[in-house]
Amino acid sequence: MKLQIEDSELVRDYINGNESALEILINRHNQRITSFIYSKVLDRDITEDIFQDTFIKVIKTLKKGKYSEEGKFLPWVMRISHNLIIDHFRRNKRMPMFEGSDDFNIFSVIGDDKLNAEKQLIKNQIDTDLRQLVEELPDDQKEVLLMRIYKDMSFKEISENTGVSINTALGRMRYALINLRKIIDKNNIVLTN
Amino acid sequence: MEKIYSNFQEQAEFVKVCPKTINFLLSYSQALYEFEHNDLSFETFLN
Repeated sequence: MKLQIEDSELVRDYINGNESALEILINRHNQRITSFIYSKVLDRDITEDIFQDTFIKVIKTLKKGKYSEEGKFLPWVMRISHNLIIDHFRRNKRMPMFEGSDDFNIFSVIGDDKLNAEKQLIKNQIDTDLRQLVEELPDDQKEVLLMRIYKDMSFKEISENTGVSINTALGRMRYALINLRKIIDKNNIVLTN
Repeated sequence: MEKIYSNFQEQAEFVKVCPKTINFLLSYSQALYEFEHNDLSFETFLN
């Protein structure tokens, strides 16, 4: 005759540090809890997730010594999984899941705005080249261009910082761009990504 | 009929979570260490 250890005893053992007691508890109730969750969510992956979250709560509660329902282990675990199922449906109601089909994949429309490694390298190279070209400009034009492009300052701020009028700052910016284009054309530099 | 039966069978087959999930939970349990200090509860993971 096979003698089965009571849940309450296993819980006590587990609280006292016997980790294998948890394995017995999980394996003993695996089928009941899994079937219960699956009957509600009808999705294998979600069932696995909810099962896992349920036992994470169980483990935390037992390790904190906050478990007090001796002898009613399974109903307690079922109640936790029930609450997590409700959470799952609430979350999905707020944020419905969209699944693509064979004809339409959402990721063909939504892209990752980050550059890939190659484009990032090209961008870095362009930034470096451009910085060198800016160094070729006369000091007054370079100053305005750096403030406007790299420091993102307004022309009013540039005029206050350089002590020239807004119109002069605008003119210097205009000539800075014209001269940059001239240097680029003269040296046949290709700045593109 | 065939389709309904296969759907039902698929549901009926899934009655246990995979061993990977159970192994994760057992490892999680072994690693988790809960302790209290000055009425504050802390949890940490031991390697």
